Amino acid sequence: MQELRETPLFPIYKQYGAKVIDFGGWALPVQFQGIIEEHQQVREHAGLFDVSHMGQILVTGKDAERFLQYISTNDISKLTDNQAMYTFFCYEDGGTVDDLLIYRLSEERYMLVVNAANIEKDLEWLHKQHRADTWEVSINDISEETALLAIQGPKSLEILQPLANYDLAQIKRFRFVEQVNVAGVEALVSRTGYTGEDGFELYIAAKDAITLWEAILDAGKAHELAPIGLGARDTLRFEAKLPLYGQELNKDISPLEAGLDYFVKFDKGDFVGRGALLQQKQTGVERKLIGFEMVERGVPRAGYHVYNDGKQIGTVTTGSFSPTLKKNIGLALVGVHYADIGQELDIEIRNKYVKARIIETPFLSK
Amino acid sequence: MAEVREELKYSKDHEWVIVEGKRAKIGISDYAQDSLGDIVFIELPEVGREITANENIGVVESVKAVSDIYIPVSGTVVEVNEALEDSPELINESPYDEGWICIIEMSDSSELEQLLSAKEYDGFTKEEE
Repeated sequence: MQELRETPLFPIYKQYGAKVIDFGGWALPVQFQGIIEEHQQVREHAGLFDVSHMGQILVTGKDAERFLQYISTNDISKLTDNQAMYTFFCYEDGGTVDDLLIYRLSEERYMLVVNAANIEKDLEWLHKQHRADTWEVSINDISEETALLAIQGPKSLEILQPLANYDLAQIKRFRFVEQVNVAGVEALVSRTGYTGEDGFELYIAAKDAITLWEAILDAGKAHELAPIGLGARDTLRFEAKLPLYGQELNKDISPLEAGLDYFVKFDKGDFVGRGALLQQKQTGVERKLIGFEMVERGVPRAGYHVYNDGKQIGTVTTGSFSPTLKKNIGLALVGVHYADIGQELDIEIRNKYVKARIIETPFLSK
Repeated sequence: MAEVREELKYSKDHEWVIVEGKRAKIGISDYAQDSLGDIVFIELPEVGREITANENIGVVESVKAVSDIYIPVSGTVVEVNEALEDSPELINESPYDEGWICIIEMSDSSELEQLLSAKEYDGFTKEEE
């Protein structure tokens, strides 16, 4: 058995009542108080997440922009300093290497924030695509020395502001500021997150993680701030239909099939995977990501098969009880002919067909 | 700390049993409900179903996990707790009272001897942690 990796906050999880589990090779808190309670906590007040397992890669040099433009589906040239952008790396066949955020620190410095499970794969991919004779670029993995805290929920600004020496309301969505002093800790503060709520993410040195965690929780006491585990992080992102790599996206699922066309910019010039994606766009995708609610009793789960008239038409990518809607819902990748709102589906749950119906997504919109 | 009740018997699959004559009332332990987390769904057996000991007769699902329910004694299902269908959270809130799962009319009471006493079960769960 491989030893689990730990974030800098691991030593204090227990003191907050964390239930720690193996989360893709990492020892991470799945919950503190209970997933449903934590979920509602974030929707109604605010929650603090340790997401230090996420990877950070610095791409620097004269040709950093051109290089990233070539391996991203989104238009990196549109980024200005202190702005972040959601994008994909795709394989030549259009399948997804990873979904990530690219932060433009300056003209020649970019920070990539990638999924924990994909750090090594992404680094390999970056090195493989990098043509040293063409581009002057350095690639540095700074994941180990970087910790990441996220404060999410309607009260985030109110809680964080008194700790910061910068007017955080000035930071618009998908913008960020470097070298903000937050409770004595130097942080890159960005208005991003993965819950469908307003909030901030704070990139800090690993050694400062415990100090900042404790300071934010302390400041949040008056506003019912609580630590939130990865279980609620998943139900929150799922209600907001934010994709999870490995479920809604993977090497066999293209961003177009996942309905994320907006982040694929064909008019920006060549990029890895463009040919295959363009063909998908022109001929139309064969599969589509849909959202559904259960009509009969049952909880859909990732990997369950989806049927129509006894014929398998797709697979559930994420399914769960929705703490906000108080019903069982799911996302599924299904044949495009079965993807209309109102379409009835059968979800196979323990060898039985259980009725479901396609509904509008996101399940929850703000 | 998970509650263990003196008057109950327990299985290693974390079910509890209380016996009255030939009838065994069954549920899942406080330790089990706590490990599962928020329970959002239960699939109960049908009344009249005949079962053999340690058979899987349904599932309990929490937000994250699906867990089988095993019945540690043989017999016939004579009653199920239908309140759980609309309020599965009763298992979290009251695993030994409101959250009972079903009642079995036992065909072989000697199977009860295989079960753990409260004290043995308490030791067993502490080893698992």
